[in-house]
Amino acid sequence: MLSIQNLHATVGGTEILRGLSLEVNAGEVHAIMGPNGAGKSTLAYVLGGRPGYEVTGGTVTFSPLPLAGGAGGGSVAASAAHDPTRPHLTPPASGRGIDLLALEPHERAAAGLFLGFQYPVEIPGVSNVQFLREALNAQRKARGEGPLSGGEFLKLAREKAALLKFDMEMLKRPVNVGFSGGEKKRAEMVQMGILDPAFAVLDETDSGLDIDALRIVGEGINSIMRKPDKAVLLITHYQRLLDYVRPDFVHVLAKGRIVKSGGAELAHQLESEGYEMVAA
Amino acid sequence: MTLPTRRDEEWRYADFAALETLAPEEFGQWKEIELAPGETRRKCLVLDGSGPELHRVRLTVGEGARAELFAVNAGGDYTRLEVVVRLAKGAHFEFGGVTIGGGAATREFVTRLDHAEPEATSHQVVRAVHWGQATGNFLGRIEVARNAQKTDAAQDFKGLILERGASTNAKPELVIYADDVKCAHGAAIGQMDETARFYMAARGLPPEVAQRLLVRAFVADAFAALDDEAERETMLDAALKALGDRG
Repeated sequence: MLSIQNLHATVGGTEILRGLSLEVNAGEVHAIMGPNGAGKSTLAYVLGGRPGYEVTGGTVTFSPLPLAGGAGGGSVAASAAHDPTRPHLTPPASGRGIDLLALEPHERAAAGLFLGFQYPVEIPGVSNVQFLREALNAQRKARGEGPLSGGEFLKLAREKAALLKFDMEMLKRPVNVGFSGGEKKRAEMVQMGILDPAFAVLDETDSGLDIDALRIVGEGINSIMRKPDKAVLLITHYQRLLDYVRPDFVHVLAKGRIVKSGGAELAHQLESEGYEMVAA
Repeated sequence: MTLPTRRDEEWRYADFAALETLAPEEFGQWKEIELAPGETRRKCLVLDGSGPELHRVRLTVGEGARAELFAVNAGGDYTRLEVVVRLAKGAHFEFGGVTIGGGAATREFVTRLDHAEPEATSHQVVRAVHWGQATGNFLGRIEVARNAQKTDAAQDFKGLILERGASTNAKPELVIYADDVKCAHGAAIGQMDETARFYMAARGLPPEVAQRLLVRAFVADAFAALDDEAERETMLDAALKALGDRG
């Protein structure tokens, strides 16, 4: 579903990613662990298309399944790819993959990519409900689907908020404003539930969570994303989230590339032995 | 009558090339409005003409009366709303203004409040959103007379510059002769929050939709005190229409 080949990226002229390669198939959860400064957040931002994160080499091919969730998968990407005004979006000749790096950040979202932020951003004056309804309808429009009405949207939002045990009243408040660290992370998961992406990159979603919130978020990720047509890239410092969201593969990222890969047991080994021993 | 010059403080940011196209008598046209004691009156103005415009208002607010003025200044050329207010005892003046637009036009609000008697209050919130070569100004003068104890006057300005080349000017001016008063003013000018824009893009919002949401939230402060939802929406829409015409 996501194929990263020899990815190089710089931030402010400094090379952070140095030849990172990774294959994630539909139905899989991959965890990326690694020490501070290894490039974990840079990888997330490069996949999301954040300005200032410059790709200097490599490719990222995104191939959402045709029927991926409610998000509808690759139709938008396909339509964007065939936009004659944007010839650089022409998909690779083999298969139906999209050149993810050629898409604008909002086009990546509409294609089915969700980026969970380590530090979710506060947007004063814009309510969660307004923000998410506009976002969902913008994605639907990009995929050639009709907009959800206010009532339809609220029904969906209520259902997803309940799943994450998130107070619906908080969704009426401005985006992340006055939310605690844990509430922000849970709000991210409610957003993910509503937007229903094919592929989620979750950047340290477990940081700032207490034990109960960690369990709720973990179960949320499972119920939203643990499906045969979806996949997850979990970026984390610690093993504890992986107790709830059991990864199929664990990768160690060090100095901008993946230096070791294994199964779920690798996370335990990292936790007990440390990155230096394992990555050496 | 004497015509203004750039040396006049209240005209220092005005577009004199545009002013020269106006007939001299236009400078003397003041609209006089008087509120009787205890009266409440509200006015919502949308200024979106194409030529240079001067709107000069003299407002006398009687004892315990409440005057509310809300304005969108989105003129296509130099557009000035100037309000001179005299507040009697216990009177209130509420002002919410938005200057918004691109091009090369200067759009400005100039208010001069005379807290002439005790216990009067005033609250002014101005937001400026500009792009292109446009300029948005707020010149707010508050005078508190010697006997006007318990005056409570607040003034708040924020400017949002969408592109290099646009500018805003804020000139708060407090002249206070009484000692038992509260006068607050704040002014800040900034750019669009890039982090918020990326966050919104990551959720699927195209840049123009994200910008509209952020600008709407920014200018909404100016109409927060407008206690009528339908009118508030009308004013917000009028302000955002200028943004929609962008480019």
